[in-house]
Amino acid sequence: MIDMYQEELLDHYKNPRNFGALSNPDIEFNDTNPLCGDEVKVTVRISSDKIQDIKFDSRGCAISVAAASKLSEVLKNKSLSEVKKMDNKEVLELLGVSISPIRLKCALLSLRALQKGIYKMNGKILEE
Amino acid sequence: MNPLKELHIEMIKQDFPILNQKINGKPLIYLDSSATSQKPKQVIDAIAEYYMSYNANVHRAIHTLGEKATLKYEEAHEKVAKLINAKKEEIIFTRNTTESLNILAYSLGKNITSKDNIVVTEMEHHSNIIPWQQLCKRTGAQLRFIPIDREGKLDIKKSPIDKDTKVVSVAHVSNVLGTMNPIKEISNIAHKFGAYCIVDGAQSVPHLKIDIKDLNIDFMAFSGHKMLGPTGIGGLYGKKEYLKKINPVFFGGGMISDVTEQDAKWADIPNKFEAGTPNIEGAIALGEAVDYLESIGVEKISRYNKDLTQYAMKRLLELNNITVYGPENGDRIGLISFNLVGIHPHDVAQLLDKEGIAIRAGHMCAKPLMRTLGISAVCRVSFYFYNTKEDIDSLIGSLKKIQEVFK
Repeated sequence: MIDMYQEELLDHYKNPRNFGALSNPDIEFNDTNPLCGDEVKVTVRISSDKIQDIKFDSRGCAISVAAASKLSEVLKNKSLSEVKKMDNKEVLELLGVSISPIRLKCALLSLRALQKGIYKMNGKILEE
Repeated sequence: MNPLKELHIEMIKQDFPILNQKINGKPLIYLDSSATSQKPKQVIDAIAEYYMSYNANVHRAIHTLGEKATLKYEEAHEKVAKLINAKKEEIIFTRNTTESLNILAYSLGKNITSKDNIVVTEMEHHSNIIPWQQLCKRTGAQLRFIPIDREGKLDIKKSPIDKDTKVVSVAHVSNVLGTMNPIKEISNIAHKFGAYCIVDGAQSVPHLKIDIKDLNIDFMAFSGHKMLGPTGIGGLYGKKEYLKKINPVFFGGGMISDVTEQDAKWADIPNKFEAGTPNIEGAIALGEAVDYLESIGVEKISRYNKDLTQYAMKRLLELNNITVYGPENGDRIGLISFNLVGIHPHDVAQLLDKEGIAIRAGHMCAKPLMRTLGISAVCRVSFYFYNTKEDIDSLIGSLKKIQEVFK
């Protein structure tokens, strides 16, 4: 029953890393996934175009919360241009479980929110 | 007799070929009939038979195939009408409940002004909210809601219906709470103030013996695919005098009695509302679905489903850390929505699927109700007469396993 919900993934759901919101962030972006009703708020502090600190306030299903938690662990010190180029594959590799197509939006919500936030900071809009 | 023993489920199940399969290595347990019911082979065969032996366009065909298709299409109106105690000409075929409600919002909307109000309830599906919202935006009328109480029943005492109410549109059975609403009482109040009473019958027509005369309602919308029929066919019942009076919404072939360069006169009802080539095979297959329901007996199905729902309620309430929405006793049919504490409904649904159990999870197209309940999503299990107590027992066993995984 639990191949998609491995211990490690569940641990990230129950104890999400870098959870919450930063004060005085350089980027703040809210996004939702209408399928599950997942919600995420990402806050980022930037230093010389790199992510200095990041927090996700994510609420929703295990997939979306665990994805945000796992992402938060690898994003620090990444440059914004690197983050903008990150794609689905990287998130799925991070999650390490197979995601059914219908749940892909859950897995990608946090990365998309971050990318939209970066584009918004530059006065642009990221098309879905 | 115990209603759960009244039906020969093992024989009935043989009529539903789809149920005889394994999902992820486990026998399929389908608990999502409120979204769409499964179809018996009689219905599936009716579609094939139409295309294999008498496919032709209906009306005005002076050839054998066309005559047979027309006859069967007309017959389908009759069968559906009889099911709810209406007259044949009072049944308009549409695509589904949503389309039926949109037709009403447009057609009745012609006489709505900014002084008027429309009343729905807090437990409506989006399909019985948005068409009225849009009407209110077009006309400046006000959209009002009958609130629900703590138990998930309508709080009729707080009904906002008044002398300026022109339409009251209410779900017969809530697709989230499973609550059976007191339609007679509501239609009496609506009529006292001179408003039309519309019923969203999407979740009730498949489960309840409906007598529209007894309910004393003016219009009812329903979907064929939730009552053994195919998708893309549904119905709109309307009182004859009103259907004659109100204007059609779609214009074109088949709905006229005469056309000149600058004007047109409408055909009689129901043709006036059925512009263009209709969903012929869908209507015929829906007629077959009605035959199937009648052959088992709608009252028997109703008793069976009520009992099964109560059994499921009893078993669900045995679980720890569960919240069940809607009335716990009686006044409910066909479905139960719940949440397991700390586990998102989509995770529950995904894990149940691994066990071959199909349920629905999400906002159930009832976001305003979700807000009222203070949640974003629910798990919903829904039943039909091909489900059994054993299906419920398997569900409970799997839910316990899921709670273990997330512990």
